[in-house]
Formats: sequence, C-alpha cells, structure tokens
Amino acid sequence: MAGKVIVCRCEDVTLDDLAHATSLGYAHIEEVKRYTGLGTGPCQGKECMVACALFLARTTGQPPSEGEPFTSRPPIAPVALGTLARDGGEGALPTGRGRGR
Amino acid sequence: MSGPLAAGAPKPECDVAIVGGGIMGLALAYHLALRGVTDVVVLERGYLASGASGRNGGGIRMQWSTETNIRLMRESVELCKRFAQELGVNVWLRQGGYLFLASSDGERARMEQNVALQNRFGVPTRMLLPDEARQIVPDLAPGSFVAACFNPRDGILFPWPFLYGYANQAAARGVEIHTACEVRTIEPGPRGFRLTTSKGALTAQRVVDAAGAWSPAVARLVGVSLPNRPHRHEILATQPLKPFLGPMVSVLRSGLYFSQSMRGEIVTGITVEDGLSERVNMGSRLVFLTTLAREITRVMPRLAQVRVLRQWAGPYDVTPDGNPIVGEAPGVPGFYLACGFVGHGFMMAPVVSKYLGEWLAGGAEPEFLQRWRLARFAEGDLHREDMIIG
Ligand SMILES: Cc1cc2nc3c(=O)[nH]c(=O)nc-3n(C[C@H](O)[C@H](O)[C@H](O)COP(=O)(O)OP(=O)(O)OC[C@H]3O[C@@H](n4cnc5c(N)ncnc54)[C@H](O)[C@@H]3O)c2cc1C
Repeated sequence: MAGKVIVCRCEDVTLDDLAHATSLGYAHIEEVKRYTGLGTGPCQGKECMVACALFLARTTGQPPSEGEPFTSRPPIAPVALGTLARDGGEGALPTGRGRGR
Repeated sequence: MSGPLAAGAPKPECDVAIVGGGIMGLALAYHLALRGVTDVVVLERGYLASGASGRNGGGIRMQWSTETNIRLMRESVELCKRFAQELGVNVWLRQGGYLFLASSDGERARMEQNVALQNRFGVPTRMLLPDEARQIVPDLAPGSFVAACFNPRDGILFPWPFLYGYANQAAARGVEIHTACEVRTIEPGPRGFRLTTSKGALTAQRVVDAAGAWSPAVARLVGVSLPNRPHRHEILATQPLKPFLGPMVSVLRSGLYFSQSMRGEIVTGITVEDGLSERVNMGSRLVFLTTLAREITRVMPRLAQVRVLRQWAGPYDVTPDGNPIVGEAPGVPGFYLACGFVGHGFMMAPVVSKYLGEWLAGGAEPEFLQRWRLARFAEGDLHREDMIIG
C-alpha cells in the first residue's frame, strides 16, 4: 500500500506499525494495543479497533468472526474529574466486569 | 524481523523454567542469560503485559521505611537510568521526584523518621513546609496538607517497553519465551521437575514461581502454601495535557497518587477497600472514580476540569508484612519463589532480578534472601514496610 495509512488517529498508529507488531509475533489484539498504543487515546479504540481486528484477521488467516475486541475501558466518553467528584453518586456501582480470573 | 516470542511447543528439557512472563520473570530470564545460564524457558499464560506488569503506574522511588528497600531502590533507579542503552528501548523515564504529603502531625513525625533513615543511606530526601512544596507544585491547595517530603531523584517510567526490552534481550541470548502457555501441573522427580502446559510437557532442573498475584496457585502445584493474596488495585488515565506537573504526588492518608506521564496523561490511583480474595478481580468500579475524583480535586482543585479517559485495574500481590517472598521453597529443593511484591514489584524488578540471577547462576547469595524468606511468616520474624501506597 502506498503512503502512510493512519489506523488510530488519536495516537498516530499507522498500518506499518501494526504490521511491525505482528511481524514480531504480537498478534493478539491486546498485545498489539500495548505494543503500538493503538486505541489508548480519547476515543479509546472506538474508531480504530475494528480496522485493527480486520488487519489481524487478514494477517493471521483467522476468520474475522473469531476476532475479539480488546477490553473496553470505562467511562464510555471522557468525564471531568469535577463532575465525578460532585455528581458521582454513592455506592459501589459496577461500571465494568473486567476479565478477572 | 523476528520478535522475542517462541513458536510451537516449549523444548522438552531445560535448566530453568520460569512460570510467569511479567517483569519479574522476564528480568530474571535476562539476568540469567547475561551470566551464561541460557537454557531457560519462560512460560506465560497470557501475553507479555497481561498481569500487574502491564497495568501499573510506573512509579519508581527510593523513599521507603526499611534499610533493605531504601538501598535496593537507590540501586534500582540507577539501573533504570541505563536501560534505554542496555535494553535498546525507550522506557520514557523521567526523574521528576516523588512528593509525599502528610495530613497530620503523626504522619509528619513518621515522615521525618523515614527521611532521616533515607538520608543515612544516601537518598537526598528532604522535609518541606507546605509553601516550599507549593513551589514545586503550585496548584496544590493551601491547607490541604501540613508537611511534605521530596526526593528529586525518584521518578516514573512507562512499563510496557520495559517488558519488551527484557524479553528481546533474553531471547537474543537464547531464552525461549512462550505466551498463551499455561502451566498446569508441576511434579518434582529424581530427574528434575516435570511440567505440563497448555502447549506441551517439559522437564526442568529448576523452576521459578514468578506468577505474581497468581503465585499461590502455582506454588500449590508442588504442595507449597503461600500467605500472599491478590488485592484489586484500580487506576486511571486522563486526557493528555501539556507538561505541567514535575513530581509524582502522593497523599499518605488516603493513598492517592498522581503523576504526569511522558504522554502527558495524569495517571492516578487511590486506595479503595476491597478485601483480600483468593481470586484476581480486574473489574472496574464507579466507586473508584468518585473516591479518587473527590480526593484529587481536594488536593489539586484545578484538576476538576480535566477529563478521565480510561480506568482499569490490576492485582496487588499482598503479603502479611508488605515485603516480598523470595528464595528456595522449604521442602522443595530447586523450586524458587520470586513473588509477593505487593504494589512495588515493577520498580524492584531491575535490582532484585539482578541479584537473584547472579545467585542462581552460581554467584553470591543476596542479602535480601534472609529477610524475604518464606519461613519468616511461620517464625513470626516480620519487619513491616509502612510506605505502601494504594
Ligand atoms: C494498578 C497498579 C499500579 C501499580 N503501580 C506500581 C508502581 O507505580 N510502581 C511499581 O513498582 N509497581 C506498581 N505496581 C505493582 C507492580 O505492577 C507489580 O508488583 C509487578 O508488576 C509484579 O510483577 P510480576 O512479574 O511479579 O507479576 P505479573 O506482572 O502479574 O506477572 C505474573 C504473570 O504470571 C502469569 N501466570 C499466572 N499463572 C500462570 C500459570 N499457571 N502459567 C503461566 N503463567 C502464569 C500471569 O499471566 C502474569 O502475566 C502496581 C500494580 C497495580 C495493579
């Protein structure tokens, strides 16, 4: 592919960066996220995750339907600390289930 | 180009099998290989940053309350400064110092004691009046603390590249690193330990349990019972901002800590009671966000406008006295423990793995083995570390 293709606009991660990560053996989407920083900016992967998953499916030869998203991190959209301090409410409401084992 | 990860099944025989591919396991593999012990296999159930090592705040500090920890961390920070060169990675190290805030006279007295001990071992920490602390961080709310201490040589780094750096250098020297490779059984025998994994079986002369918060389950495979338990620790990152915050700031009373990473984000956590459990829980909670938001905006009101981008959690690997468990397991010769690093194993790994690697390669026995041996819990010979944060 010609030119520079940006996959993650928040963190400036290019298609070449993804190819580099997979060439090193980092082929799990959580690994690729950590190796490249993809999906760690303001949109938290909402724009780039699917493109990355498709790229991984193509690279590894796995059907795209078997790809998994990386764990989504709360909050859904950026929230100001002042808002949380004021209106956060009481109690231990779960905001995500995580992947504990 | 090829990376550090091995393909296929682990080789059938090796000298040292390391269970856990976090910072401790990878750093130890590197130090063994540096000293010629290259017949080493690292077995990691997930991927390289999947445990606590991929989830921490990256703080490194010499401000501790026991001689052992102060001396080790003074050396560890020096080692970290050489890493970019030694490991060939940018670890985004920034020595902006650690600024601890005391909220009461009692805490101030405790601080003064610790600072005197740190000074005795060559760490240049100094006590500050609130106004002096506000010269370092002008946005701290007047009246939100009574005293502070500051060591300009403490700092922060970005954890992920560290792992890849150690992995690359270990693999380049012949260490096999397997991910998605869970250790399921370990059986001691006359010709070594027989391990079965999700990628096949192997025999190892020596086994190291570097499985962090999961180490009790691994030790149980050889009948060793460990007293450490996982404790969920939550953390968050805000939107990136222009560099404005020099040190890592930490409030002793609440366990709040916050720093500005080299990416510009404020990375911050706080103690939220959760109880010790047998199981690792990495779920995120709203109560963490609200508890943290109230405390951080009390101490630094200007941060109220800053937005939270993401929160996550990882396991602290908590021991009864706040100190790690390292050394050969009693009753199982050849089975070594390198776990129980609570919430400070990342900063300890460079120096601990160096001494442990030297020892396992036939060199001198490190001083800390005596203090950190498993038997101390049964003997009641505990020296509590009281500078645990979060
Ligand atoms: C939110 C948070 C903030 C922190 N902040 C700091 C900080 O600022 N500074 C600092 O120094 N430390 C900090 N820590 C602590 C630090 O992250 C840990 O002490 C350190 O990473 C522990 O490293 P480890 O290699 O022992 O464990 P881990 O990184 O947890 O590695 C253990 C590995 O073992 C693997 N494993 C488990 N069972 C098996 C099995 N049966 N077979 C194969 N593999 C297995 C796991 O998948 C895991 O990858 C923090 C921790 C958390 C959670």
